[in-house]
Amino acid sequence: MTEEIIIAGFGGQGVLSMGKILAYSGIMQDQEVSWMPSYGPEMRGGTANVTVILSDERISSPILTSYDTAIILNQQSMDKFEPTVKPGGLLLYDPNGILRHPERKDINIYRINANQEAVRIGLTKIFNMIVLGGFLSIKPLVKFENVILGLKKSLPDRYHHLIPDNEKAIRRGFEIVEPVNVLNR
Amino acid sequence: MKKELRLMKGNEAIAEAAIRAGCDGYFGYPITPQSEVLEYLMAEKPHERTGMVVLQAESEVASINMVYGGAACGKKVMTSSSSPGISLMQEGLSYIAGAELPCLVVNVVRGGPGLGTIQPSQSDYFQAVKGGGHGDYKLIVLAPSSVQEMYDFVGLAFELAFKYRNPAMILSDGAIGQMMEKVELDDPRPRWTDEEIVRISPWATTGKPAGRERNIITSLELDPAKQEKLNLKLQEKYRKLEKEEQRFEKFFCDDAEYAFMAFGTSSRICLKAIQLARAKGIRVGMLRPITLYPFPVDAVKEMAGKVRGILVVEMNAGQMIEDVRMIVEGKVKVEHYGRFGGIIPSPEEVELALEQIIIGG
Repeated sequence: MTEEIIIAGFGGQGVLSMGKILAYSGIMQDQEVSWMPSYGPEMRGGTANVTVILSDERISSPILTSYDTAIILNQQSMDKFEPTVKPGGLLLYDPNGILRHPERKDINIYRINANQEAVRIGLTKIFNMIVLGGFLSIKPLVKFENVILGLKKSLPDRYHHLIPDNEKAIRRGFEIVEPVNVLNR
Repeated sequence: MKKELRLMKGNEAIAEAAIRAGCDGYFGYPITPQSEVLEYLMAEKPHERTGMVVLQAESEVASINMVYGGAACGKKVMTSSSSPGISLMQEGLSYIAGAELPCLVVNVVRGGPGLGTIQPSQSDYFQAVKGGGHGDYKLIVLAPSSVQEMYDFVGLAFELAFKYRNPAMILSDGAIGQMMEKVELDDPRPRWTDEEIVRISPWATTGKPAGRERNIITSLELDPAKQEKLNLKLQEKYRKLEKEEQRFEKFFCDDAEYAFMAFGTSSRICLKAIQLARAKGIRVGMLRPITLYPFPVDAVKEMAGKVRGILVVEMNAGQMIEDVRMIVEGKVKVEHYGRFGGIIPSPEEVELALEQIIIGG
């Protein structure tokens, strides 16, 4: 199994940390992982993205041009990454701020109103964990218990009291993700 | 017992490895994309963990000269920087090589020339393996291709540096520095005691006891006859390195009709390109040099006798290819594919380059 994922959105949405938690969760179940962020000038322009690869084998290129999954959190990223999802792959997006919704018919598309939900339940800072929950409900690549272990590993000790909130956010993501276009298998 | 696993950036792995390798001192100056080395060390407070000194110098020139001083005392010392900063260190590196001192310099390469860009590149290959500073000298150059190797090569670099009394360099790039991967950490090794330093490095300036002559560390010798002797001694050491320390890794070479040659990040991209090519029925393998100096000459020769063409893939305008062509001596087609200025080639374009430049060309 190898899953090649791009997570893209605005800086501050927790794109990089979502990727980090996902990668750490992979380590917790003995997978090979890589986490390759965009760094430098484009980050200062406001967008942030990270390529995360989880695999049972040695990982080849950490930098890719097509992905099994794209998790998209803003319009710029939609424009850039919708075309890069492999046929049969997955596009998961938060419609908040999206003007042009994805149109491809050859990929699986899911929507998650994570931003809205995060405001509603008062957990705006961990909106990204709702998205992660949504992703894991569609593709359960890592076990829930390993995600919690991954969270513990990636958060500094002083934030460990927030783990129950993160857990709640992930579980909420499981529930609110909605299919938009699902291919027949 | 199972070893500790951590998700780390390449730069952080360098820093943690230094602490665990029993490094005595790090002297550095911040520059993107390697600033996390110094940041991590400052946050970890290794002076509390092992007594290791971490110091932000006033410049790269100061850093390398602090390394020179520490190394002269037989200490395990290091610095790290990125391309423009490494250029500033060249004078000091030449002195250290001339004085035959062990140390570690990490170059997390960014695109040049000049201030260039902060994005990854491999355009410092020539500088790393051909001297860089003045005079006939060589660095031991290791090229990691993963975060685990960033970690592992710190210990290896110190080992080789002390074995040969020669500065060692880890030639990495912004991609490996900034990416995170799984790292298996080993148990910390304690720093050497003063007694151990005297035993391991009897040449070091550790204070003159009554029983021996003064130890003098210098790269200056004005008598040409003596200077030539020193140079011959260096050359003898380099020949020994070339004979004994060539390191490389082979991928899918057994049935390969064609081969990639690439180091560091480029080798990771080539590995994916191999998968793409093999899916099309193209039998391609790869030779990845781990030591850029000493270059894996024997492995290149052997491969050149087996394949129909070699594509050298580098994030530069064609540097390592000169060494490959010199070894292959025209016996087989050797061409280059490169992107530069901070662009990382995609696996798809590398696979296409193989078809167009080597197979179809």
